[in-house]
Amino acid sequence: MRSYKGFDNDTVPAWCPGCGNFAILDSFKKALFELGIEPHEITLVSGIGQSSKLPHYLKCNGFNGLHGRSLPVATGISVANHKQKVIIFGGDGDTYGEGGNHLLHAFRRNPNITLFVHNNAVYGLTKGQASPTTEFGRRTKAQPFGSLSEPLNPIAFAITMDCSFVARSFSGSPEHLKNIMKMAINHEGFALVDILQICVSFNKVNNFEWYRNRVYEFNADYDLSDKLKAFEKSQEFGEKIPLGVFYSNSRLTFEKNIPVIKDKTLVSMQNFPDIKSLMD
Amino acid sequence: MNYTIRICGEAGQGIQTTGEGFSRLFSSLGYNVFSFQDYESRIRGGHNFYQITFGTDEIFAPKKFLDLVLTFDKKGLEYKNLLRNNGIVIYDANSLKQNEYDERFINCPFRELLKNAGLKNIYENIVSFALIANIFSIDKKYVYKVIHDIFVNKPDEIIEQNMKAVDIGYDFDMKKKINLPASNSEEKILLSGIRGIGIGAIGSGCKFYSAYPMTPSTGVFQYIGEHAKKFNIVVEQAEDEISAINMAIGASFAGVRAMTGTSGGGFALMNEALSLSGMTETPIVILLSQRPGPATGFPTRTEQGELLYAIHAGHGEFPRIVFAPGDPFECIHLTNKAFDLAEKYQIPAIILTDQHLVDSLYSYKKDLKIELKNRDYRLRSTDFENYQDYKRHKFLDFNKSNPLTPLAVPGDSKQLVFTDSDEHDEVGHITEDGEIRKKMLERRYFWKIENIRKYISPPKFYGNKDSKIVLVGFGSNLGILREIVNNKKISVCAIHFSEVFPLPIRENSYEFLNIISKSNLSICIENNASGQFQKLVESEYGFKFSHYIRKYDGRPFNYEEVLEDIYAIL
Ligand SMILES: Cc1ncc(C[n+]2csc(CCOP(=O)(O)OP(=O)(O)O)c2C)c(N)n1
Ligand code: SF4
Repeated sequence: MRSYKGFDNDTVPAWCPGCGNFAILDSFKKALFELGIEPHEITLVSGIGQSSKLPHYLKCNGFNGLHGRSLPVATGISVANHKQKVIIFGGDGDTYGEGGNHLLHAFRRNPNITLFVHNNAVYGLTKGQASPTTEFGRRTKAQPFGSLSEPLNPIAFAITMDCSFVARSFSGSPEHLKNIMKMAINHEGFALVDILQICVSFNKVNNFEWYRNRVYEFNADYDLSDKLKAFEKSQEFGEKIPLGVFYSNSRLTFEKNIPVIKDKTLVSMQNFPDIKSLMD
Repeated sequence: MNYTIRICGEAGQGIQTTGEGFSRLFSSLGYNVFSFQDYESRIRGGHNFYQITFGTDEIFAPKKFLDLVLTFDKKGLEYKNLLRNNGIVIYDANSLKQNEYDERFINCPFRELLKNAGLKNIYENIVSFALIANIFSIDKKYVYKVIHDIFVNKPDEIIEQNMKAVDIGYDFDMKKKINLPASNSEEKILLSGIRGIGIGAIGSGCKFYSAYPMTPSTGVFQYIGEHAKKFNIVVEQAEDEISAINMAIGASFAGVRAMTGTSGGGFALMNEALSLSGMTETPIVILLSQRPGPATGFPTRTEQGELLYAIHAGHGEFPRIVFAPGDPFECIHLTNKAFDLAEKYQIPAIILTDQHLVDSLYSYKKDLKIELKNRDYRLRSTDFENYQDYKRHKFLDFNKSNPLTPLAVPGDSKQLVFTDSDEHDEVGHITEDGEIRKKMLERRYFWKIENIRKYISPPKFYGNKDSKIVLVGFGSNLGILREIVNNKKISVCAIHFSEVFPLPIRENSYEFLNIISKSNLSICIENNASGQFQKLVESEYGFKFSHYIRKYDGRPFNYEEVLEDIYAIL
């Protein structure tokens, strides 16, 4: 492959002009290219939402499944074939809403999967309802009295659960995003990258200017495996929004913990065993 | 000749161990055995029983009347009205604090005997086990062997204490003997529905089993777990049933045979992904082990109340297969057939069973012939690399014997594999095109349904095909149908369906329709209230049964009761 354009699959994305998803797609292609990964070496998994359409717009193996269910599908794929790089794209609704339970347990299992969340603090595909990261009190057509639940802090949540790589980036900082993506893909273990994403159609509050005035890139001045320091950093969100890697550890992955697939992939062991011993 | 023993007591009193011990003992002596369990949803206390029928007759279903009751609780004393002639009840008057003066009640001081020997009360089931073996004049060496086999993985000390308990029971003189006729046949093996499905899955190359525990499906989950290491299987307890089925679908997409198992409540959660399997054409085998519903229902009891649900579950239109095996032997073969057809047609397949079948033990000849069909339909390694222009959902190619594009293993070639739960084009990408939608339905729905049917076997016939009384049933009722056929009092023909959806094509069903049309009485028998199987068969084949027998108290049919019901109809 000569350039990252080799990942193009000539499909015109069904996203609104100006949507942050374009930059995320672009950064991802560049990250893959710079890592020297070939399309057939990755399997992209997604759920449902604008963000979840991303795998359709580049060359890859892929499973675009149900709303909120990308994690279990990806876990099944990764266990069956841990030689594949399994990467998920989802939205904040998809991942933190419908898929919340799976996220909780993915943190515990620590599969070797990279999860990119397009966090636009709104439901895009279903036209503007509040999401789990929408600020308290924001009114929408479906939330006439404002969103009455406190927003989720995915970074803090992930750190609390010992997620093995936790980072934040921004669709408006493509270079930063690309570099974080590379680190996340290379990380062995479950990696969550929360990507602040601009939705030009439904999120008029957290627009480009709003983020520009707040985000700043940081390099942790603490040991990245220091959970308490990382947690403290994760509390910073408001006037200042840090972008970077908050936390990382080197826990054994789910796949490595399964003795059956220690030496070989499960898919390479597909066979029809002799069951005589079971009949005694 | 056959004898029925019922062992009763609270949960936690070793009822199951004792019951299994007897099943093993009698089958190892060459008798036919059938045993089933009746238990409550609790870990300690309550009232449970384990019932074993053994003998030289063929036995396939529960009996109502009992020859011997061994009880560790007071409730068991009430079964005296179920005793056959010469039937007895063995109990420990001291520990139950109740004395029965009826001569059929035999007081045996298990606890006192144990106390004198310095053993704990928990061995009372072993004492009584040996005691009963002695009543039947079974050589002590067989008793030792069975107890040894049951506790083989326990520390030596535990085995020793158990053997001591055997001696206590065996040497206690009950002044009562039952002379068994010789079994004159060889040692038998015992299979439960759990083992049948487990063996079928492992033998079919299942490599990934994910589940969330739910009675009565959990036994299969644990059985496969026990054998995971030896057969290279990954078994995962998912966070919920939604995850369990989605994981299995992911594993299947990546190239391995995958299965999940649950009961009604969990299956309800799986419905969305059942439809995902249909849409993405990703094969998956789902065990649906029924218990009475709705909702949480009767967790440990039995019913056939989800047949129509299994057939209709999932949103949108897509084909699926539903098999309802009748006994452990059919469990093995139909699980294998489910894996084979699921992969061949790239669809979901459901094994529909129930508590009664999974928890019951059936005896078989040792040299049982298992013939599995094992063909790998996937495109792997160099075959995939050399495959021309791979498109996961290519429109049907009728130049090929199987016009579906094979499932390919992602990563095994530079060609890509893509699929989608949205309507998609041939490559697997989202589309809104109406023409493509039509062609996809033709591929995914019509063509598959028409072709799968050809592989569905006709029902099996038992008994006298010329009989004017025809009994029809499905799934776990095979046992009761066979018992009724074997009775010497009335001549009946029994017809049993184990491949229930789609039903076999008409050409394969002529014999069935013929027998029904010539009968005077056609009786549909099923373990549910609404007659789901009757509705299915009648609507498919366009006739009406003259009668039905339904049971929906959460308990399986027993032989005497069905016979009475048939007499009532006559
Ligand atoms: C089970 C289910 N419920 C609801 C929907 C409808 N739905 C589609 S996308 C979506 C939310 C998408 O929001 P998000 O994940 O934040 O993605 P975005 O579109 O903002 O990128 C919903 C509720 C669905 N497809 N499936
Ligand atoms: S609705 Fe928002 S998130 Fe969706 S494509 Fe448009 S701008 Fe992007």
